Formats: sequence, C-alpha cells, structure tokens
Amino acid sequence: MKYVDEYRDREKAETLTRAIAALVDSIPRAGGRPLQIMEVCGGHTHSIFRYGIEGVLPKQLELVHGPGCPVCVLPRGRIDDCIAIASRPEVILASFGDAVRVPGSSLSLLGAKADGADVRMVYSPMDALALARQNPKREVVFFGIGFETTMPSTALTILAAEAEGIRNFSVFCNHITIAPTIKAILDSPDLQLDGFLGPGHVAMVVGTAPFEFVATHYRRPLVVAGFEPLDVLQSLWMVLKQIKDGRAEVENQYARIAADGGNGPALRAVAAVYELREFFEWRGLGSIDHSGVRLRDAYARFDAERKFALPNVTIADPLSCQCGEVLKGVIKPWQCKVFGTSCTPAVPLGALMVSSEGACAAYYQYGGLNRKTRARSA
Amino acid sequence: MRLAPATFVAGTAASRRRLGDVRVKNVTLAHGGGGKAMKDLIDDVFIRAFEDGSGAPLEDQASFDLAALAQHGDRLAFTTDSFVVDPLFFPGGDIGKLAVCGTVNDLAVGGAVPLYLACAAILEEGVPIELLRRVARSMAETAREAGVRIVTGDTKVVSRGACDKLFLTTTGVGVIARGVDLSIANARVGDVILVNGVLGDHGAAILGARGEMMLESPIESDCAALHGLIRDLLAAAPGTRALRDATRGGVATVLNELAEASGVAIEIDDERTPLRREVRGFCEILGLDPLYLANEGKLVAVVPEPQLGAALAALRAHPLGRDAVAIGAVCEGEAGRVTMRTFTGGTRIVDMLVGEQLPRIC
Repeated sequence: MKYVDEYRDREKAETLTRAIAALVDSIPRAGGRPLQIMEVCGGHTHSIFRYGIEGVLPKQLELVHGPGCPVCVLPRGRIDDCIAIASRPEVILASFGDAVRVPGSSLSLLGAKADGADVRMVYSPMDALALARQNPKREVVFFGIGFETTMPSTALTILAAEAEGIRNFSVFCNHITIAPTIKAILDSPDLQLDGFLGPGHVAMVVGTAPFEFVATHYRRPLVVAGFEPLDVLQSLWMVLKQIKDGRAEVENQYARIAADGGNGPALRAVAAVYELREFFEWRGLGSIDHSGVRLRDAYARFDAERKFALPNVTIADPLSCQCGEVLKGVIKPWQCKVFGTSCTPAVPLGALMVSSEGACAAYYQYGGLNRKTRARSA
Repeated sequence: MRLAPATFVAGTAASRRRLGDVRVKNVTLAHGGGGKAMKDLIDDVFIRAFEDGSGAPLEDQASFDLAALAQHGDRLAFTTDSFVVDPLFFPGGDIGKLAVCGTVNDLAVGGAVPLYLACAAILEEGVPIELLRRVARSMAETAREAGVRIVTGDTKVVSRGACDKLFLTTTGVGVIARGVDLSIANARVGDVILVNGVLGDHGAAILGARGEMMLESPIESDCAALHGLIRDLLAAAPGTRALRDATRGGVATVLNELAEASGVAIEIDDERTPLRREVRGFCEILGLDPLYLANEGKLVAVVPEPQLGAALAALRAHPLGRDAVAIGAVCEGEAGRVTMRTFTGGTRIVDMLVGEQLPRIC
C-alpha cells in the first residue's frame, strides 16, 4: 500500500536497528546508565508498542514514554465538567472516540451515556457542527481536546459556525500545548533524559521553531519524528547520532508532512480563536503555566464554559497513582504500585492506562513480554 | 400489548390453507396482538418466503424423526445467536443473511452438519412490511443455498423506540458425524493456525455503511455459510483440532480463547496476516486494528503440522477459501499468551480487547 509499505520494510528496519546498536555501543555512558530518549507523543508510543520496536533495541537504550497523549493527561475535574454538560437534557455532547472512556471522579462519558446522556462519537469537529445543523432545537457541544494537532480544526469549525450564524453550537475547550510541558519535564530535578523524539503532527501545525529551546537552552537533541515504525527507528538513529557527535539541534525527520515553518492557515485560525490560559491542570503532572488555551472573548458565545454553569472542581489524582513519575521517565509503567492490579485498561485509575496511546495501557496490552524479560534482567 | 407466542411451522402438511396477506404498509402493534393481523403478517412475510407459498397448518413446534437425524451422526449440536446489526442492509449482505449464516457457522465449526433453524423476530412498530419481506426472502435464499430449513419461529412487535427496527434470533440444530472431535481445548504445541481468507471485511463494511465515519467505503461484508468449506477441510485433514468462526472480536479474540482453553501459547506473523487493501487502508485511517474487526465468513483452523498441506489445499480449492493461509503456530510459552511477530523483528502481545475498539484521535 502506497505511503504505508515504504515505511514498514523489513530490510530497512534491520539496517536501522543494526546502525542504532552500533551507535549506542560507541557512545560513552556515565556510570553505565542506559541512554534515555523520550518520545513525547502518544502516537509514537502506540507505534513503538504495536510494532514491538523496544524488543529490537539494545538494552542500553531506554525509551521513556512522554506526556503527549491528550486523552491521558485530561484531569478528572474536566471530565466531571464535561459530564455535567452532557447530562443536560438539551445537550448533544460530541466527542472523539477515545475520550469517552476517560474516567472522571465517578463516571466516564460512556457511563454518562448509559445513564441517559446524549453522547455521540465524531471524527471531526465539523461532524459536531453538522449535528448542530440537523438538531436546531438542541445544544450541540463539542468536547475539544488535543494538542496543536487538533486545535486548528476546532478553531476552523468555530469560524465556520460564526460565518453560518449557528447559535446552538459550542466547544468545551480543553486544548493544550505541548512545549510548556516539555519545558516542565526538562526543569524536573530528577530528569535523566538524553534526547527527544519530537511530536510530528504538532510540528505539522506549529513547525519546528517552538522546539528550539530544547536544543539551545537545555542542550538536548530533538528530532521531529513521523509515526510509521521506520520513521521512529530513523529518528532514534538521528538523536543518537547527535549525541555521538556532541550536537544538540532540532532536526526534522518528518519533513514529508511537517514543514519547518508549520502550516500558516492553521496557525492563523488558532491565533484568531484562542488565547493562552494562565495555567492548565494536567493529570499526573499538576498545573503547568501557559499550557492550555481558551476561546477569545470575541468567540465567547461558542464557549461552553461560559454558556453553561460548570462545577469546575479540581479533583486530585488518586494517591496511589504514579502517573506523574511515569510521565517524567523516573519509573517505568510496571514499577507503579497499582499497575495491572487496581489500575487496568478495563478500570483505569490513572490517566496513562486510559487511551491506547497511554504508556501504561500500551505496556499492559502489548508490552508484557518486554516487561517480563526486562524485569528479570534488571 | 399481548406477547403471545405465534409460531409458524413448516412441514409436510396434509391439509393446505390459504395464506393471509398484509394490506397496510407498516407494522403496527396490532401485528403483535395474536389475532388475524398477526397471522396475516406471519403468512405474508415469513411462511411465504420460507415455504414457497405452501399453506401448512400452524403448530407450536417443529418435530423431527430421530432415526433420520441419527443417520448424520451420533451427537446433536444446538446453538443460538441474536442479530441486531445496524444498518439492516449493508454491502455484501443484510440482517437476514447474517442471521442464517451466523447460526449455520456456529454449528459447522463444531463439526456439525447444519439441518434446521428456528427464527424469532422482534419488530419495532412502524417498520415497513416491505422491508420485512426483503429480509425474509434473503433468509430463505441463504437457507436454501446452505441446505438448511427454517422450520419454526416467532414474532413480537414492540412499541416505537423499544427496539431498533428489527432484531432477529436464530437457533440451529445440526448433527455431528461420528469420530469428529473439534474443541478449542485441543490445540497442541506444533499445530498450525490457518485462516480461510482476508480478515476484517465485515467489521469494516458495517463501520463504513453506518456513514458516521464520512468515508466512502467500497468494502463488502464477507458474510457466508462455511459448512461446505468445513466439510471439505475435515475430509482432507481429519486430524483438525479446532475451528472457530472469527466473528465479534475478530481473529485476535479467537486466538486468545484458543490459547487459554488449550493452555498453550500462540504466535502469529504480522506479515502473513491477509488483509484486503481497502480494509488495511480503512484501519490505517481510523486507527483500528484489523485483528479485532468482525468477520462473518472467516474461520480460524488449528491443524496438526503433518496435515497442513492437505488442509491448505482443501481450503484453497473451495470458493470461500481461495486466500487461505497459515498465519502462525501453537508454540511453547506462557499458557494463554498470544503474540505477534512484526516486520521489525520485534514481538508484541495480542490481547483480548477491553471494550469496543475506540478510534484514536491523533
């Protein structure tokens, strides 16, 4: 299949894994500590597990699965707010599929649906706007989540709703921005990361410039990476090559999709519709300054937070949950106290067990082999 | 609403009666009332389709001659399945065809010769009679092709909103030939795992036909009755250990059930898993794993390695098995574990699905 098979070639994968092993061998490591590279994006985490990539990497190279799963980092209080909106009789709540299973303090959207809330799964915010057109007597609310990847499509939908004069449509905006969170991780005192795979689809929108601080200020290499297995392998090789050469730069492996300058029209829509929040709560990581966006005053009538009274209660993560430490790479998913016992994909306690892009869910579903063999060798 | 059973029984009837007709366009609660309206509905829609217009008297049950059944084998197989598919008509089939094939396949994967079906229909008030006629004709045609007879049934009508247009339940009876011993607990280390063709067509066809994905999908359901294929397979590879039709939950779920029931590990090969190009693309776009997509005409067969060649040849000689292929093997390892070797040389676990497959957002 075109644009797929080229990136899943066995021989190329073997060549790359051999090159990676050779590079890792040639890089001196302080105290024999393994090299740690964080893939920021949940899409990479999914690909790494789905194709068993960890199993073909040398033991001295560890992948740390970062916070780039927007579903996972959504705090429970925001889910509760969303359920409060969805439970109103006049509301049709439209959501991306994998957000409906995220647990709030007592329910998920799927649970609220079973209790009678009108929750619909959509693939695009434009589908939610179509629902608003088809149901003029109902209030359609789109549950807007995601990084810069999905931010523009929500913004363009709001602009379309405004142009059409649609009044019964609003967005419960939970869009977040990745760079401040990478910064927060880099500022963490227990940090050991040696380099990053940068989020390819965020870069497709914002370009590579927003990640320059990783190289210039923190002196860590970052390679904007694609999501096919060969993309991941090649990007790992590129990060390792920088480490070996003593360079710290932002490189773009995903240039076929992500232009260095980003996507102009998408960025203009984002700038027109949103403004930065002072702070936003991340599940597992706590409050991070300037890490979320809300609708500007000019679009207040499309803002579900202003249209509906919300409980707006902050709910702390369960005490036993160690999502934050996993997200920062301090511990591995299976080292968490509740992994696989009171926290499973069927009944997730922590954020990372929720979506198939969450590191814990990925380990639980795909990674048991590595977990066992690595735990034994550790 | 009266929920009295209304049974239509076919058989060799001595006396013929005139079949009733429905003159209104849509089903009303009167059609479930147990009176003339109900009898007319059953005559017009079901009896006419299933019995080619013969007017056998209505009994409350079908009856069989035990000695005749015993000619097919030494054990009775008995199964039931409900069908609530949405939409009712989809590329490659409809709820009627599905309801016949599904139950025929559940009998056949146990090694049974499928013989008789019962069909219960729950109708939502307001459903067009013509839609029911279409479904009944489809059931009749599928049953005729499969060589099974629909011999008894029931209809109920519920108020608008109490069900979604039409739900069907089919129950099947078949006979297992002497000596045939298929069970998902039979797999042994060294056995080979076969499938009879490309995977995930039905699941992708239904998702596409619902239209919610806004994708124009040319994918057709693989809905088919597999008993003929299974008969040929068992004749060629009599040592076949286990068969399962890979319906809801897909091949991944069947393999997990097999591994657990047999207390073995199973490893499959990503590159040997057969997928139609369109289904692969569909899954790539939507972030779905085709291993978990439903099939309605695909089976997983576990055969001992020495009979692999004969089994593959028999499957490939049948129209429903042309693309049959070995996708993996039963191996030493943790009991109940299913793994997949990917093109990178790495391995991953193929687990049971937690809930429904939910599309990923980015």
